[in-house]
Amino acid sequence: MDVHEYQAKELLARYGVPIPRGGVVYSPEQATYRAKELGGSAWVVKAQVHAGGRGEAGGVKVCTTDREVNEVANQMFGSRLVTRQSGPEGKLVYRLYVEEASRIQRELYFGIVVDRSTERIMVVGSREGGVEIEELAELRPEALVRISVEPALGFLEFQARELAFALDIPYELVPQAVHVFRSAYRAFRDLDAAMVEINPLVITDSSAGASELVALDAKMSFDDNALFRHLEIAELRDRSQEDARESHAADRGLAYVGLDGDIGCMINGAGLAMATLDMIQLAGGAPANFLDIGGGASPDRVLKAFRAVLNDQNVTAMLVNIFAGINRCDWVAQGVVDAFAAIDVRIPVVVRLAGTHVEEGRAIIAASGLPILTADTLAEAAELVVTAARREKVLDGHPA
Amino acid sequence: MAILLDAQTKVLVQGFTGRIGSFHAEEMIAYGTRVVGGVTPGRGGQSLLGRPVFNTMKEAVVATGATASIVFVPPPFAADAIMEAADAGIDYCVCITDGIPTQDMMRVKRYMRRYRAESRMRLTGPNCAGTITPGAALLGIMPGHIYLPGRIGIIGRSGTLGYEAASQLKALGIGVSTSVGIGGDPVNGSSFRDILELFEADEDTDAVVMIGEIGGGQEAEGAAYVRDHMTKPVIAYIAGLAAPKGRRMGHAGAIVSAAGESAQEKVEILQSCGITVAPNPSSMGVTVAEVLARRMDAVGPR
Repeated sequence: MDVHEYQAKELLARYGVPIPRGGVVYSPEQATYRAKELGGSAWVVKAQVHAGGRGEAGGVKVCTTDREVNEVANQMFGSRLVTRQSGPEGKLVYRLYVEEASRIQRELYFGIVVDRSTERIMVVGSREGGVEIEELAELRPEALVRISVEPALGFLEFQARELAFALDIPYELVPQAVHVFRSAYRAFRDLDAAMVEINPLVITDSSAGASELVALDAKMSFDDNALFRHLEIAELRDRSQEDARESHAADRGLAYVGLDGDIGCMINGAGLAMATLDMIQLAGGAPANFLDIGGGASPDRVLKAFRAVLNDQNVTAMLVNIFAGINRCDWVAQGVVDAFAAIDVRIPVVVRLAGTHVEEGRAIIAASGLPILTADTLAEAAELVVTAARREKVLDGHPA
Repeated sequence: MAILLDAQTKVLVQGFTGRIGSFHAEEMIAYGTRVVGGVTPGRGGQSLLGRPVFNTMKEAVVATGATASIVFVPPPFAADAIMEAADAGIDYCVCITDGIPTQDMMRVKRYMRRYRAESRMRLTGPNCAGTITPGAALLGIMPGHIYLPGRIGIIGRSGTLGYEAASQLKALGIGVSTSVGIGGDPVNGSSFRDILELFEADEDTDAVVMIGEIGGGQEAEGAAYVRDHMTKPVIAYIAGLAAPKGRRMGHAGAIVSAAGESAQEKVEILQSCGITVAPNPSSMGVTVAEVLARRMDAVGPR
């Protein structure tokens, strides 16, 4: 689960990471008020969206008068910010963060991630902050400093010191850097984060007093599987930043990922679901979604899944692919039949059943008299649904 | 004996008296697995399905001589249950539970390093369908009837895709020595490489099917092992060609977050290591049959 910049900063600050003074606002008036309250002569107005690349997309603006703050806020509120990570429809802007502007001497990168290969936590730093880290990792991997942390022991002081020296942090700031790095690490560990990124971590200009380290931008995401023990984090979920189809499905306990195609999918098991999408693509079609109904799906759950798939207006045909282990084909079949009774299904539906109670399931579909297309194998099912989707498009007057 | 599990293996069920635990315990017993009891803290002294229930794994192991266990404990307590099994001297543990926090699994892996490699418990999963040696024993939640006993090993991150492979093989009359689910989580008990080593050494296995997916580097690590150390043919399928980058596809570990983690890149890595990759999930069975036929031709009539 992702959170907003201001939320990540508040969490990190609680652990001892210094952040610029600032506050979240919900209206242009609040923005002006907050700027006046902060004082000074320059502020940064930042759109709060769950997507990186805000700066180049116009979601971060430096203002030097409170009037300018008001104007910028006016433009940003209610708009959809399209960044290179947001998808073409962009993310709704309805919260802004107004922050005192910092005088920057140097920009650094600091991040913490789970390292799957060592099964440890990896701290990553770079002298080159403010740039996209994936790009840097690809173009000049030597610019990244990686430190593997043994989770049972934590991020040790000498490791933090090594990182500080590797990033060329001035000697007098090294103790502060060690404190900042280890504070961020503790936040990562205590809150079951999946990722912490401070980019840039800046060394401020000494013209306005002593230099110090400040987290100018921050990002955190959290392990969904650990949210049960972090209610205060779970509360930070922001539905406005999610795909509406995905929110709908997630609220019903379904693992759903929205895609761009027109073939709706309902499958049991994540692996089989991915494989089914592959099969549809190979057959020349485009899947509209990934949806895993999980194990032990009751007819009611199948009905909910049906609604989640048909919720997407782009869907022109649907494929149900079930290989039942702990599931039961007869329950799934009953759920499909129930769905036809409960929902006005106007698109072709292909059902492929295999595994536990398959004969009973097929019998239920056959006895229903519904116009359901059936297939025995995954390949057949994919061919059938792709053909059906093409025909629907032709009927609708779209070129196939 | 194929690998990990045979008809003699004595099994304990952790989370025995829960709805899911008791349901699958019954299924496993029906398949012929030697389930000798189970553990549910606070239910010690009772019995279920004609088997004793214990409060702790240590008691259960002492009383039954069990060497394997299967975990059906809910996610908040599952990591603890795995460590309890390791401490009780269990040799092989399967964890079915889906939804264990990643940092809990890291702790489990660190904990298991307390034991010397030769006496360390082997863990498969979490978030898997379990392990089956067809015709002998089932330590998992898969439908036993789709597996034909035979000489092909299966390793997969996905449960249902493993079923798909087994049933395609069965339709062609090809059987399975052992099928092992390593699970869909980012930090898991055993990797492809770990299980490939066991199949390479197993006299009852002629070839191995490995079923991977997007995310992580374990397929590539397994492929390097195949190239450098394996004499048996390996056939693979990688799911997720249609999956967009940066999106988590159902499994906690199924997300492309670094170079080399997409399905296309993995397919190329596997092929470069001499692994035959099935072009689509419907052709896993026929690809195995082709590889076996080629091998027979190469060996010639005996």
